[in-house]
Amino acid sequence: MKKVTRTLLVSACLLGAGPAMATTLYDDLGGKEGIAVVVDGFINEISYDQNIVKFFAQTDIKRLREKLEEQLCMVSDGPCEYTGDSMEDVHAGMQITTGEFNRVVELLQNAMNQAGVAYPVQNRLIKRLAPMRPEIIHR
Amino acid sequence: MATYLNWKKKTVLPAVVAGLVSLPALADSRLLATSGVTQVEGSAGGGLVPWAVMSGYADEGEWSAGVFHTVTDVQDYRLTVDGASYSRDNRFEISAAQQRFEIKGLAGDIRQEIYGAKVRVLGDLIYDAAPQVAAGIQYKRLLDGDIASLVGAENDSSGVDIYVSATKVHLAALGGYHLLWNATLRATKANQMGLLGYGGDDNNSYELMPEVSALVLLREGVAVGAEYRSKPDNLSAFSEDGYADVFIAWFPNKQVNLTFAYADLGSVAGSEDQNGLYASLTAYFR
Ligand code: HEM
Repeated sequence: MKKVTRTLLVSACLLGAGPAMATTLYDDLGGKEGIAVVVDGFINEISYDQNIVKFFAQTDIKRLREKLEEQLCMVSDGPCEYTGDSMEDVHAGMQITTGEFNRVVELLQNAMNQAGVAYPVQNRLIKRLAPMRPEIIHR
Repeated sequence: MATYLNWKKKTVLPAVVAGLVSLPALADSRLLATSGVTQVEGSAGGGLVPWAVMSGYADEGEWSAGVFHTVTDVQDYRLTVDGASYSRDNRFEISAAQQRFEIKGLAGDIRQEIYGAKVRVLGDLIYDAAPQVAAGIQYKRLLDGDIASLVGAENDSSGVDIYVSATKVHLAALGGYHLLWNATLRATKANQMGLLGYGGDDNNSYELMPEVSALVLLREGVAVGAEYRSKPDNLSAFSEDGYADVFIAWFPNKQVNLTFAYADLGSVAGSEDQNGLYASLTAYFR
């Protein structure tokens, strides 16, 4: 019996070291619920920022929330597919400046702070969103 | 205000209030800590090395201005630096600084003025794959060249340093923490940054000096890192070493940053192993 337990323990440890237990950024963000809290806070932060909220005057907020949740889920290796429009198409004609882009990054950071997302986890999400900047600014 | 009304209901009031109290336009749009701190000659950088970043937080279409104060206290000397800088468009930076070098136990000091200009040539610190690159110049003028000529400097009045810096942030590179590195190449003749004049009896031509910095952001607005700056050795009277430091910098907000460091200046004007504390404060009005 003892031997069986030990074997089980050993294989559990081996599994633990393997991919079965590896957590994704999605998990570290708190999964679906965690991302929903971040997106909600993010939209709320945008609504408080006079310089940014004006971009969203005509926006369907329900759709924005849904697409942002999908996108954050997907880029963080969660089980979702992004069904929104391409970043180029969405932000075309907005003439978003580098400063406005940074401001939106700060609003996302604020939202993640409020949601209690740990600093290194925040950084990993920012790293995955940062490459989208050329598709978003000056268009 | 009408545009706020198709927003979800509970945020209409805060949005209106925010609209009334916030500033009309963006001012300091770069991200926290991307100003760097102020190096000992007045340029934005680490404590010792000028970086490719522009002082302050001005992004495209914005400007920034600030002042700084730095004290380095080692066994036989104290160096105090005061100055100001202005930058615009995340593209240009100009700075003016005065260094006051006191020899402990002796009355009198050496004063040097430094006027700096820097231009970002290409790249973005954070968002581009390649580093941000800037080129800069520091014009240095000794207010009194007596000591410089006494120790064998070829030029005891003024000198010019020219440098190129590359700086890059690697997001979440170290277990989720951001990493920054900087590499600078400086053409200079300055002895102890110019405090002992420019050029000397051992060497009077420009030399290329590498300078490097690396840091990690431990949390939002807190950086720890180290720097090394090589220097020429032009005077036969004294040997000159590179400067090194380890530092912690704190950026509580975009108005101020504070740096503490342990600096090792090596052999300075005949005194060996000069090391001690460095403290620096930079404040931006805008
Ligand atoms: C990394 C940064 C950003 C990401 C990942 C991002 C992502 C998105 C996504 C997923 C949508 C919804 C797309 C859809 O409906 O199909 C969206 C819409 C939108 N974004 Fe961004 N965005 C970013 C930066 C910005 C910035 C900096 C601004 C403005 C300053 C901005 C303004 C907008 C606006 C106004 C909409 C709504 C467009 C509409 O009404 O149809 N975005 N964004």
